[in-house]
Amino acid sequence: MAHEVAVLGVGMHPWGKWGRGFVEYGVAAARAALADAGLEWSDVQFVAGGDTVRNGYPGYVAGATFAQALGWSGAQVASTYGACATGSQAIDVARARILAGLCEVALVVGADAAPKGFFAPAGGERHTDPDWLRFRLLGATNPVYFGLYARRRMAVFGATPQDFAQVKVKNSRHGLHNPNARYRKLVTAEEVLASPVVSDPLHLLEICATSDGGAALVLTSMEFARRRATRPVAIAGVSTVTPRYPNTWIEMPNFATDSAAGVAVPDTSFRDSIAKAAYEQAGLGPEDLDCAEVYDLSTALELDWYENIGLCKPGEAEKLLREGATALGGRIPVNASGGLACFGEAVPAQAIAQVCELTWQLRGQAAERQVAGAQVGLSVNQGLFGHGSSVIVKR
Amino acid sequence: MANTGAQKSVKPAIEGWFTLDERAPHLIGSRCRACGNYFFPKESRSCRNPGCGASELEEVQLSARGRLWSYTNNCYAPPPPYVAADPFEPYAVAAVELADEKIVILGQVTPGVRVEDLEVGMEMELALGTLHADAEHEFLVWQWKPAA
Repeated sequence: MAHEVAVLGVGMHPWGKWGRGFVEYGVAAARAALADAGLEWSDVQFVAGGDTVRNGYPGYVAGATFAQALGWSGAQVASTYGACATGSQAIDVARARILAGLCEVALVVGADAAPKGFFAPAGGERHTDPDWLRFRLLGATNPVYFGLYARRRMAVFGATPQDFAQVKVKNSRHGLHNPNARYRKLVTAEEVLASPVVSDPLHLLEICATSDGGAALVLTSMEFARRRATRPVAIAGVSTVTPRYPNTWIEMPNFATDSAAGVAVPDTSFRDSIAKAAYEQAGLGPEDLDCAEVYDLSTALELDWYENIGLCKPGEAEKLLREGATALGGRIPVNASGGLACFGEAVPAQAIAQVCELTWQLRGQAAERQVAGAQVGLSVNQGLFGHGSSVIVKR
Repeated sequence: MANTGAQKSVKPAIEGWFTLDERAPHLIGSRCRACGNYFFPKESRSCRNPGCGASELEEVQLSARGRLWSYTNNCYAPPPPYVAADPFEPYAVAAVELADEKIVILGQVTPGVRVEDLEVGMEMELALGTLHADAEHEFLVWQWKPAA
């Protein structure tokens, strides 16, 4: 396919609460990815940095910050932000640059050092910023939105708290031996349901933590990669779609949905459109997937994603989970890495980390969590303010 | 709710998002004169329907009743800029769908209504309640409550 680029190297700094700066995590991930690719920093022609908004100015210019930390080399640079979808934006910029023939080797890096507890908006009195206002006027934390989605799923599809808890149980088993995961402990459904409720019906152990971490990719042209590797992993699709009007789902950080009073609702919902765009680019469909990394900001949200990426019809996700289809050894393992349940979220690194995991899976390097014979994988994610994010990789 | 005990003056926590008639409050949105679409909070620039884009938007009061689309609660105090009472009292949050406007709008649920009292699909109505208070003022916000 003409529109593919290669993932020649992947690297991560383990997720955790390390108490150090995000630059350190990003640089460690970048060096790991370069070593994995068998390349030097001086070989990199373009750096795409995923911005962090919680670490001051160096975070807003992440591409240059990482380039400086690695030692100014004259490489061209871009810094991108798309909330939780930041990493995909950086991947997409690097991919476009390679496909345009403007460079052969690009380095994509995202890293974060996150505060404890709830994410909060930017400081100051920001009366025109919806992200500030939702906290001020509603106390609408991210888990409030996750709770609304979970309760909606229970009302519409008959999902139960037990179903949600089983997502955590599955992911805790998947991430148990992942050296980059922060939480490596088996969790039982009883423990999940006995943990404190944060936003009904979701318990503490069902909501993604905030983490430190870093992830990096070395992307190259397919020609460049084929000179260095046999059957390199290829990126066959990257979706960074925005919603179509009217979006009738209540999205962070909004107070309301779009109104559908004067206009027809699109055939495809925003969540459904995210993976769809990646499938269309790749010329693949859900039936081609061997594994998927989906954004389990909450346990219930993982079930929504099964349907949004086409693994099953709406309302059938609980059945898929109960059958074990999405567990390792099942038909389509989801979050073999352990997902956000085992990592917590390091915002600008997370979509990149999803691709690191899929690459290890497709190379057969995922050790205890290996999906046997994986050839095609999909990541999906969504950032607030209308950022879709999905990447399809294949061998 | 207003002016109980100490003589505090009552102010909206944000100007222009809701009417202050305590017996029959309404959210204030806007409606496109061309395509009929609604916006909350108000849209002052132009219609965001990409098939329309008209600049004629009128301020309207939105329906004060709707169906509960979903609900949850805050069991822990949200971080600033939320001004949390100490000790913190958990409260429910509702997403309510207005039939005519075909829009879902969030709001806190009136104090004393627990998630156990709520059910998706039930009818809800708008109310006003205290978001927070300082020495001189009580700041009002719109809230949802089960319809009478």
